[in-house]
Amino acid sequence: MSTLRFTLVCAVIGLAVYVCGHLLGIGYLFFAGYTILQFVVLSSAWNILGGYCGYVNFGSAAFFALGAYSTVFFYKFHPLPIPFLIVIGAVVSGIVGLGMGYLTLRLRGAFFAIATLAMAVVLQTLVVNWDYVGGSRGAYIVRADTISIGGYSIEYIEYLFLLMMILAIASIVISRTIARTQLGFGFATIRDDELAAEASGVPTLRLKLIATTISGALMGMAGAPFPYYIGYLQPASAFGLEYGVNSIAMPIIGGTTNWVGPLVGAILLGSLQQIATVTISSAVNLLIVGLLLVAFVVIAPNGVVGLVQDRLRARRSK
Amino acid sequence: MDFPFDLLVNAIVAGLLLGGFYAAVTAGVSISFGMLDIVNIAHPAFIILGSYIAYIINISFGIDPIVVSIVTLPIFYVLGNIIYQVYYVSFEKRGQESLRGLAFFFGLLFVTEVMLILVFGVDYRYVEASYIGPSLHLGNIDFPMRMLVPCISALVVFGLLHLFITRTFTGRAIMAVSQDQLALQLMAADPIRIKRIAFGISIATASIAGALLVIIQPVEPSVGREYIGRVFAICVLGGLGSLPGTLVAAMLLGVMESITSIFYGPSWAPAVAFGFLLLTLAFRPAGLFGR
Repeated sequence: MSTLRFTLVCAVIGLAVYVCGHLLGIGYLFFAGYTILQFVVLSSAWNILGGYCGYVNFGSAAFFALGAYSTVFFYKFHPLPIPFLIVIGAVVSGIVGLGMGYLTLRLRGAFFAIATLAMAVVLQTLVVNWDYVGGSRGAYIVRADTISIGGYSIEYIEYLFLLMMILAIASIVISRTIARTQLGFGFATIRDDELAAEASGVPTLRLKLIATTISGALMGMAGAPFPYYIGYLQPASAFGLEYGVNSIAMPIIGGTTNWVGPLVGAILLGSLQQIATVTISSAVNLLIVGLLLVAFVVIAPNGVVGLVQDRLRARRSK
Repeated sequence: MDFPFDLLVNAIVAGLLLGGFYAAVTAGVSISFGMLDIVNIAHPAFIILGSYIAYIINISFGIDPIVVSIVTLPIFYVLGNIIYQVYYVSFEKRGQESLRGLAFFFGLLFVTEVMLILVFGVDYRYVEASYIGPSLHLGNIDFPMRMLVPCISALVVFGLLHLFITRTFTGRAIMAVSQDQLALQLMAADPIRIKRIAFGISIATASIAGALLVIIQPVEPSVGREYIGRVFAICVLGGLGSLPGTLVAAMLLGVMESITSIFYGPSWAPAVAFGFLLLTLAFRPAGLFGR
């Protein structure tokens, strides 16, 4: 399927989901759906660096929070429409991703992983000490109840849901396109044997920098509308460990080798968490994510997609 | 305005005491990450686990936290053995330690933290001991006992560990496995067994480090995350796997943090360690004493 046709199919599915939600008329569905779509963006973004190149980023929360806090900054400075804020979030997080990659990607993979953890704490400390964006007290974002687009007036949460749907589709399309082009093959050589790739003339550093920039920018995009969604942003929630954990757990549980894995992982785990949060408690739901992550890396290293593929292959060979 | 010299000296002394404690915290990672090449980012979570065990026994029976941690050493050692065995079978043997091994330890870190939250809640917990509170005074310089006792115990542990690694047969085997696993195999030693022992020791140090931590400051489950950066910063700065280097780097970081928190405010202190780590990784990845 060509990229254009794939994008159209995604858009039709996305629109169908929205229309169904709208007809059901349950506002909570959009709240829950927004979170799940946000995780689709985060896990697809993580997978571009983690799954394709094999470099683990523990600092997803930092990139996400950068997007969220650039929105807070502009809310205080001069409020802009959310689509502009998304672009700004992408640029800020992309630049930080590039700088971060430039500093640490020449080293072994483990150092990069540790450095991303470190970066999350440095940025959180900066934000906590920065009074303009609320410091440790946090910042309130007041949003309108409805917004009118092209003459139609829709609920604000539906507007946010639609925006996140567009971002989710964009990140899936980007992730799929990368995997099918030369860029993706380059990433795969880095993942499989970086030394051999370097020796064969693959520009590994440049490819890795491209991957961190794209991945960081997508995470920043996911974070930009967040303050409007949550209404009150404080450092502990924007830098919450659950973003770091989920954006690793979802691709690994789904399967890291292609674009389907993060999508499947995000939808499965995201819905499970929504259900667990409502029925049990939010601490238990994080425990479930952690246990699933450990269980999957030990027992099913290729995730749900890998399990399904194995099953299909076994049936075919019978 | 004249420079507050007394304050600076006190900050340096406090930093050195803190650094001694950091050395004990880092010793375990120096073994696992520095020598065995296992990126155990869950190490701080085990330290917090040690803190909570020391806390619960101290509160229930009034036993000194350091004594508790020495008694629980074997439990942590066995825990380390088990974790290494799982790690070896699932990742190292299959050659998948880089991505999935990291995710595995990240998962462990997370699961430990959430379980502690579920059991104990997010309140800060502290222990009681006779040496928490009073201070020694030498001239204008204060030596708070709650820092002095952990620092001395840490240095003792650190010294013993160094003697063990450099003087005993098993210790030298651990050094050997970090240098050339194949050569060790040719000497008819089982590298996996040696690594299992070494990882057990590495986790065992978390028991003592945990008890020292809960003496120094009140503990809640997510405190461990602050230590991830510190521990790896010290470990990398000290040159991977070098225990003397680790000690010097720990003291250095302790002094810098202490000066920062006294002159600029404690909310900046966590950034020092992490900023330091980023700079080290960017410009001096072989460590201070590396070639």
